[in-house]
Amino acid sequence: MTPFLSNKHDQTSWADYMASCAQVARNPGLQRFYAAGVPDPQTPIGEVPLVALDLETTGLDAVRHGIVSVGALPFTLKRIPLARSHYWVVQPRQPLSEESITYHHITHSEIETAPDLGDILAELLEVLAGSLVVVHYRNIERPFLNRATRTRMGENLLFPMIDTMQLEARVHRKRRWAWLKRLSGRPSVSLRLAESRERYHLPFYTGHHALLDALATAELFQAQIARHYSPQTPVSDLWC
Amino acid sequence: MNTELLEIRDHLGRFAPFDRLSDELLDAAASEVQVSYYRADTEILARDQETHELCYIRSGAVEMYRRSGSLYNRLGEGEIFGYSDLLRRRGVQFPVRAIEDTLIYFIPEAVFERLCEENDDFADFVEEGGSALKTTVEHQRRNSDMMTSRVRKLIRRYPTMVEPSATLQETALRMRDESATAVLVLSFPDEDHSQQFTLADGQHWKLAGILTDRDFCTRVLAAGVTPDTPVTEVMSKDPITVQSEESLYEAMLCMLRNNVHHLPVLHRRRPIGVLHLSDIVRYETHSSLYLVSNIYSQSNVAGLERLSIEVRSAFVQLVSEGADSQMIGRALSSIGRSFTRRLIELAQEELGPAPIPFCFMALGSMARDEQAIVTDQDNALVLSDDFVSADHDDYFLKLATFVSDGLAACGYSYCKGDIMATNQDWRQPLRVWKEYFSTWIEDPNPKRLLDSSIFFDLDGVYGEEVFVEQLQDLVASKASQSPLFLAAMARNACNRTPPLGFFRTFVMEKDGKQNNSINLKRRGTAPFVDLVRVHALACGSTAQNTFNRLEAINKARILPEGGSARLGHALEFISMVRLRHQVMDIEAGQQPDNNIEPESISSRDRHYLKAAFETLSHAQKFIKFRYPIPTKGRRTET
Repeated sequence: MTPFLSNKHDQTSWADYMASCAQVARNPGLQRFYAAGVPDPQTPIGEVPLVALDLETTGLDAVRHGIVSVGALPFTLKRIPLARSHYWVVQPRQPLSEESITYHHITHSEIETAPDLGDILAELLEVLAGSLVVVHYRNIERPFLNRATRTRMGENLLFPMIDTMQLEARVHRKRRWAWLKRLSGRPSVSLRLAESRERYHLPFYTGHHALLDALATAELFQAQIARHYSPQTPVSDLWC
Repeated sequence: MNTELLEIRDHLGRFAPFDRLSDELLDAAASEVQVSYYRADTEILARDQETHELCYIRSGAVEMYRRSGSLYNRLGEGEIFGYSDLLRRRGVQFPVRAIEDTLIYFIPEAVFERLCEENDDFADFVEEGGSALKTTVEHQRRNSDMMTSRVRKLIRRYPTMVEPSATLQETALRMRDESATAVLVLSFPDEDHSQQFTLADGQHWKLAGILTDRDFCTRVLAAGVTPDTPVTEVMSKDPITVQSEESLYEAMLCMLRNNVHHLPVLHRRRPIGVLHLSDIVRYETHSSLYLVSNIYSQSNVAGLERLSIEVRSAFVQLVSEGADSQMIGRALSSIGRSFTRRLIELAQEELGPAPIPFCFMALGSMARDEQAIVTDQDNALVLSDDFVSADHDDYFLKLATFVSDGLAACGYSYCKGDIMATNQDWRQPLRVWKEYFSTWIEDPNPKRLLDSSIFFDLDGVYGEEVFVEQLQDLVASKASQSPLFLAAMARNACNRTPPLGFFRTFVMEKDGKQNNSINLKRRGTAPFVDLVRVHALACGSTAQNTFNRLEAINKARILPEGGSARLGHALEFISMVRLRHQVMDIEAGQQPDNNIEPESISSRDRHYLKAAFETLSHAQKFIKFRYPIPTKGRRTET
């Protein structure tokens, strides 16, 4: 596809990486997750089981901030079945600020009775295993999940993801004259979830709820494939 | 489902038919939703594709196409499709394409079936056009107490009845002893047994007349009639009666129409009581009943004009009480007739009695008993054949002018097409009228009939009603024998077509064009009336009211099984939407009209209106084939 697609994990390495992790993982849940592996890089995206994932966190820094809720929604290019959705509120190990409480619509009492992420991690991994994960802005989900797993199990959790924000960025960066626009200091296109969805005429959802955002991401991904790619696009063109 | 997905549940819950689901069912539906995105110009359902889901448009818009490729429907946010195929367990009949970027919620068949089973309203909504309209229309009727309560409910006592030999004094004594305000007078049955009934003592009787306490004042005391006079000499003969099974509304309309305050109530032929105006008024207040009584007590046009303001509040009350369109049409026509009759009486007080017998004839909606709140006057004078223009016309022109001006003052505006008795063409002796009708029927062409179709709804309002009955008979017997006439009328009945439906804030036409508003009379009720008139004429019916005509059509088996009922339900639904919007106009302090903007139509009404339009459209297609232009002796049109 596009020349600037290249990323640090080249096309064969994800499978190798997952396989080697499966061998060294001590936690049985992690071990099963890695063993499920990733689809062959050439598999058309239309044939791959997908899972939309969204984390709500107390901030943007994986070290200082924690996860408060997790939404996961298995889907395919054809259908997003709500009946299979998962949602957990978890207790962050970092204190929760008042602002982030109003932001995420999660209350103190909900948090107080919530389990630790470690208690639901096995369940989450089972949902993710064997599917290609789709997120909007991988620089939250990836470091936060990895950090949370390391602090609880002492092991890494890294896997390929499709990032709808990155796919959106590709579209707008490759537009002609985009560089000129940037030079002239005009505001570039917003890549945030709500604004990206708007460009595909997707409905407005009240944001910042992990499950709703996972659904919003899944819908956005369907729309991006419908407009810019095709169900035949190999997964390696999309993941990173 | 995770109850966190409230967005989906709440969105569904805002639109029909999900809006009337219980919380539990709504949750069940929302939790099983499967979402899918379609780019503009991509196919959602292909023809003949197997389908096991109900489709709900979350955002965007789709179009459905017929087998011929023509547009079947255009749908937007909150609307559903695919249910007809699910119900009939068949492949997709109308392929569906996204015409904008569209997000669809698919609801699995099992859930759909559960919703249909557990919620009648949901089941009705997704039912195919005709039967869905039927249940909706019947549901509206069920909700009205006056429509369902029977006359017998208000009968508390046995009627006071006297034998034909009774004198006035004996009758008065009976009325005093039994605290009755009216007495029924019996007579011995004649050879005609059709009105005969048997009382407990085994004696056979028939009902001969009625005498009220008011009659004792006006016909006995004021007229100086002696107490020993037989009651039969002053009673009102052959009184208007009502069956005990009839609805209260029916009884009320009967009083309205005939301006009587006492109605003998019969069980089959046997009197079981007398219903008085106050019984109904006590049951519910009815301004229309007071209105009619008041019309007759006005002594001048100014009084009538003042009273005419109350027509609107009577109308609003009828609609809010849940009367159906037929009832409302009859009530408003009764009011209109009462104004007309009173004006004729007042005219005669001023001009003196008419030199020759005449009949004041209503045309159009009043003749059909389907008058609306927004209406103009269409009338004519049928004069006795003794008419001599030089001697009599001056009188009848004055009479017609008096009535026409009076009606205009009372809110019945002048007819734009000048179909009024003030027009000399429409103020003619009976024989001329017979020629008019014969010419129209025997030498028809669509253009001429377009202007005269209003004359084929005709009814007497005042005077020698037998004149108009003769004309009705003539029309009924000649029209059914003239295929060319029927063909011309059928063609005219297809001039005004319904739209395809609604899309967002627009009225959508069959060619896909969009308009901002719809005239529900011109595009809905009027074409129905035209269409039914043709069938009624074809089967030789003298009925004028559209629903009565449908009954006649049904008996004559002109339409396929259930066809006339389907037409009736569709007409009723469109009429009620029109009437409810007129009430909304009135309540908002606006002038009521027939124009409706789609944004003021609920999603439920849109859905059923589309089905009703479809029924009309099919019926229009059918009528052209049913009454083709005869090939033999075909005339060229001018």
